[in-house]
Amino acid sequence: MNAPALETRGLACRFGGLIATDNVSLNLAPGARHALIGPNGAGKTTLVNLLTGMVKPTSGQVLLQGEDVTALSAHARVRRGLSRTFQINQLFPDMTPAEQLCLAVGERLGEGGNWRGIAGADRAMASEVEDLLRRFDLMSVMDQPTRQLAYGRQRLLEIALALASRPRVLLLDEPAAGVPEGERADILAALAALPADVTILLIEHDMDLVFRFAQRISVLVAGRMLMEGSPAEVAADSRVREVYLGADAHG
Amino acid sequence: MSGEAARISAHLTRRARWGAGEIAFWIGLVALIFVAPSRALLINEILIAGLFALSLDLILGYAGIISLGHAAFFGVGAYGAAILASHGINDPIVGLVIASLIAGLVGLASAPLVLRGSDLTRLMVTLGICLMLGELANKNSWATGGADGLSLELTPIFHLFPIGFTGQRNAALYSLAVLFLLFALARRIVQSPFGLSLRGLRENRLRAGALGISAPRRLIAIYALAAVYAGAAGALVAQTTQIVSLDVFDFHRSADALLMLIIGGTGFLYGGIIGAALFIAIKDGLSTATPEYWEFWIGLLLVALVLAGRERIGARIAGLLPRRARGSAA
Ligand SMILES: Nc1ncnc2c1ncn2[C@@H]1O[C@H](COP(=O)(O)OP(=O)(O)OP(=O)(O)O)[C@@H](O)[C@H]1O
Ligand SMILES: [Mg+2]
Repeated sequence: MNAPALETRGLACRFGGLIATDNVSLNLAPGARHALIGPNGAGKTTLVNLLTGMVKPTSGQVLLQGEDVTALSAHARVRRGLSRTFQINQLFPDMTPAEQLCLAVGERLGEGGNWRGIAGADRAMASEVEDLLRRFDLMSVMDQPTRQLAYGRQRLLEIALALASRPRVLLLDEPAAGVPEGERADILAALAALPADVTILLIEHDMDLVFRFAQRISVLVAGRMLMEGSPAEVAADSRVREVYLGADAHG
Repeated sequence: MSGEAARISAHLTRRARWGAGEIAFWIGLVALIFVAPSRALLINEILIAGLFALSLDLILGYAGIISLGHAAFFGVGAYGAAILASHGINDPIVGLVIASLIAGLVGLASAPLVLRGSDLTRLMVTLGICLMLGELANKNSWATGGADGLSLELTPIFHLFPIGFTGQRNAALYSLAVLFLLFALARRIVQSPFGLSLRGLRENRLRAGALGISAPRRLIAIYALAAVYAGAAGALVAQTTQIVSLDVFDFHRSADALLMLIIGGTGFLYGGIIGAALFIAIKDGLSTATPEYWEFWIGLLLVALVLAGRERIGARIAGLLPRRARGSAA
């Protein structure tokens, strides 16, 4: 039996008096399509920050491929195959999509300290950037400054950047946040086309998207895991309905 | 390579090729020295100030590190060149190289301090280091001549071309050669994967970290490189004026470089040179007409530029130059 791709044990995080993450244990099998849902302020983004090492936990452990990475820095975890996207776009606004994908791919290849070569000159780099641009439908805007791209395109670039690191585990923090109804299909299509061997944790408020995408769903409320189950189990759970789905039309 | 991949590669490397405007710019500088030999002293001053501002651009424009004490490295380079000359190392090129590397070492040693904390701490730390080095130069007069300074005896470049007051044109050409070589190196570095990662760190530190970039080592590297450049500028001043005194560590030197860079535009390498030319030309033109008043105009220009936001004079001038041909898909 393989080690879980990603696991947490008794993870907790306090901000002063606020317990943002409360004894969370999570377990993602390799290749899982797992969703994390919960009301605003439940601590979903905080959990992603803890998993990626951007915030240090008060207690508990994070394991990647069975190895304890709790003490590792955020960038060291990226090199071990853990990547994320951001709820609020974190792009390079003055670079073009091609440039920032080149940056991301170069960093994965350990080229970032190379000061003699010219970024983007070699064909392997160009074809990898091409592949990412195609996959996320960014080819037509590859040479435009990112700040000028339509919001939906920026959301796709957000995912493309994370994928450029060739993660084994990918954490998607509300990839469809703020995307107008008409463009959500593009995001869903991009998610559906993600490589099958990448383990994915999807955070999303759009229940349509969650139920189409996920095989398992965890529900986080006020920092605690309320339950975990199949989409059908979660949809049928009365506590979930009460705290979360009750207010949602898709329930 | 597929057509699309070639197009992507051409886009990614579009700034690596030297454009016609750039080549014209450098040829123009050489020509200027020959056309106006009587202005060689002023041109030399501009070239050295341009190199110093270029050095500041490497850390401010490319790495987002703000400094008010960049003269620390300028001073180390200047005193380094002078002390080497007073100890029998009279070849200007050898002296320049060693003095610049010493400045680089000081940069390397101080970088971890500078990279700590916020912009305000950075301003204070850079300022403090510069004050300390200036005071060290003042107190250790056995090596530095203290308040009297040091004068330099140098052999001619390649044993053929004397620099200094008897060879002002040679001095300007020497400074131009050093500026050009260091510029070409900087130009190459900012196009490299390392340069791209610096841009990434400046534009979005959070995302850069999420891509696996570890900031400190990259920033220390560029900071030390900028110190080498500033040291070279200081060594050039010492060598071409054949004297060095404590004013190389002056606060106004750091501040002026920042002004020049803001005037010329940060983050595109030519900004420092263009800013230095404007700054010194205005200073030279106005200070003979209204000796007390030229700073008023510099101040006005600065306020106008900063308030006008991104409209940079330097970028405008660059915009007037012929656009280099865009890379075509093969
Ligand atoms: N760095 C921080 N310092 C203090 N409090 C924080 C910090 N980060 C998050 N919090 C608090 O932790 C709680 C959980 O926030 P978090 O952003 O993780 O929620 P979320 O589930 O992602 O919400 P949303 O659905 O709105 O994105 C909130 O009360 C938030 O104010
Ligand atoms: Mg959130």
